Order: sequence, then C-alpha cells, then structure tokens
Amino acid sequence: MSLFLIFLSSFLVNNIILMRFLGLCPWLGVSKKLSSALGMSGGVLFVMLIASWFTWAIYKFVLLPFDLIFLRTAAFILVIASLVQIVEMIFRKFIPALYSSLGIYLPLITTNCAILGTTFLIVDNDYSFVKGTVFTIGTALGFALAIILFSSIRERLELSEIPDALKGTPIAFITASLMSLAFLGFMGFLGLSI
Amino acid sequence: MGKYFSEGIIKNNPVLVLMLGLCPTLAVSTTAFNSLGMGVAVIFVLALSNVTISIIRKIVPDAVRIPVFIVIISTFVTVIEYVLHAFLPDLYSQLGIFVPLIVVNCIILGRAEAFASKNGFFASLLDGIGTGIGFTFAIFLMGAIREIFGSGKLFGYTVFGAEFVKAPVLYMILPPGGFLVIAFLIGMMNWIRQRKGKTKNSIQI
Repeated sequence: MSLFLIFLSSFLVNNIILMRFLGLCPWLGVSKKLSSALGMSGGVLFVMLIASWFTWAIYKFVLLPFDLIFLRTAAFILVIASLVQIVEMIFRKFIPALYSSLGIYLPLITTNCAILGTTFLIVDNDYSFVKGTVFTIGTALGFALAIILFSSIRERLELSEIPDALKGTPIAFITASLMSLAFLGFMGFLGLSI
Repeated sequence: MGKYFSEGIIKNNPVLVLMLGLCPTLAVSTTAFNSLGMGVAVIFVLALSNVTISIIRKIVPDAVRIPVFIVIISTFVTVIEYVLHAFLPDLYSQLGIFVPLIVVNCIILGRAEAFASKNGFFASLLDGIGTGIGFTFAIFLMGAIREIFGSGKLFGYTVFGAEFVKAPVLYMILPPGGFLVIAFLIGMMNWIRQRKGKTKNSIQI
C-alpha cells in the first residue's frame, strides 16, 4: 500500500474511534469542551508518535532477534507507561507553557488503549519505520478529527431537551452512532475496506 | 462473602453502570459467540490477577504498585493469548488485537487498585469472578442483540425465519450499530434505576 493510502485508511476509513472503537474513554471523558478536546488531541499525537517509534525499535531490535515475542504485551505497556512519565518530566522542566496546556492529559494517555492498540497494529501489519510513522500520524489525526467534531456537537447538546434516561453517556453514544454511520460512507473509497 | 460475588453482576455492572471497559464491549460484540469468548478471557485474567495481587499486596511498596499490577496483568493476558491462539484459532483471529488489549482494560486495573490490593485472597477471587461475569453479561447481551438483528441468527440458529436472514439489518453488525445498542442498554439501566428512585450519583466503586 502506498503511503497516501495508509494515511487515508488510518485517518478516515479505519478511524480509530468511530470504526475501530479504540480510545473511547478519553473520547467520552474529555470531549465536553472544545478547548480540552484540542489539548487532548495534541497530547495523543505527541505520545502516539514517540510510543510507536520506541515500540517499533524495541520490537525490531530486541524482541525479534532474541525470540522474545511472547513478552510483547508486557514490554509495550511498560515502555508506554514510562515514556509518558519521562515526557511529563521533560515538559514540566523545559517547556512549562506546553506542560500547562497538555500536562493534565498526559497521565490519562497512559491507559489509553488507542496508543497501545496503534503500536500493536503497526507490528501486526509489519510496517516499516516510515509507513508506521505515516500510519501513526493518520491515526492520531483521525482521533483529533473525531474528538473535535464530537465536542462541538456536545456543546450544542447541552442546550437540547433530552429524555431523562438518555442524558449523559447514552445520548453521547447515539451521536457517536450517527457520526460512525457518516464515516461508514468512506468505506470503499479508493478500494479501501474496514 | 456472597456480596462480593453478586455486587459486580448487576448493581455495579462494570460496563452498563460504571462505564468501564467500553472499547472491547463495542468492538468484539459482533456475534454472541465472540462476546462469550471475550467474556471468558476477561473472567480468567480478572480472577487470577485479583488473586495474585491480593496475595502479594503486603510485600509490594506503595510507590511501585501500579507497574507491578500491570506486569502481573500482562502475564495472564499473554497466557490467555497463547491459549486462544493454540486451541481456538478462529476466535483468536476474530478478536484480533483486543486480546492483548485486555491489559489496558480499565475494569481489571480498577478492581486490582480498588479491591484486590485491600482485601484477602478469597474475597478477591469472588470479586474477580463476579465482576468478570458482570462484564460477560453485558458483552453477551450486546453480542446477542447485534447478531439477532444483524444476521437474523443466534449461535447459527435462525430467529426470525428465512426471509429475514436474506435481508437483515446489516447496520447492527457494523460499527454504528454497536454505538446504538450500548446507548440504549445504558439508557435502559438508567431508566430502571430512576424508576427505583435511586439517584445517579449513588454509584460506589
């Protein structure tokens, strides 16, 4: 697959939230306001890129040559958890402005299954370094697109009258269902499938 | 003791009440069989990690407890991953990356942190199995509803007759259907609790 198709597939057709159902917790939790949605998207893009580079390198140069693939799950989650800690420390020390806008989202990102899921998908699809990077950028931008659209809809939902039982999460999921239906329209685009 | 077991099934159902572990619930519930497979895998990991954590809870220093929990959980996840790969290869390929992703399922780390690290061996075992059954119940309900409407069958048996199987509501098996079914299941739980006169904020973790 060409780089452009990989990007398009991870960005729209296989959108990480609406099609793959990864990273639903931060998506529901941080989408009440547009500003926090933007912050979260920035944090995810940043951590996802670094995490995919590190886990790709560890998989290629440590786990594969020494026949340790069974340690994949444990190794990847520990790498991501420690990476987030290090990034947080570096931000706090050297880039305080960025820390104050992204800082609170960083711990949340550790337990974000979107990050771990992306690293697994890269390894499973046997992507090269460049393809993996393009895939990660596409996935993170897909996350950003979904969370920004959703937070805008949600700000509007605050003002609407909703049946008591459907308030909160249920109406959010109904919105998600309609958004996902719209994204289903990208299926078959340039011959791409789910 | 029985309370530890039954608490997680309906009253504090991890998915429908506490909204934990939503990603696998939506992603693998395309058929009832896949849902059951995922549910059993989660019961296995949850029960064993709860037991292990409750055994070592007095040795582990507080500062490093989360990494220790994660390593324990990922060990059991790797075990179930290899077992599924060896004995149920079809199910394994259907569940895909959601088997290794059990490790970041918030239900498991949540029970480890909130229950197993404070309670004894037997209570933790019961809590793990009970919460696991609660998860399985929710994901099975999702899978059954989606399979019945999406393909007209349940476990391969026709439900609405042959005409329906020819033109089922395909929407239900595709991703949008997952969002819709979970929305109405959570809405139904809310409705039942509101009718009982309980406030939404009475959830205890």
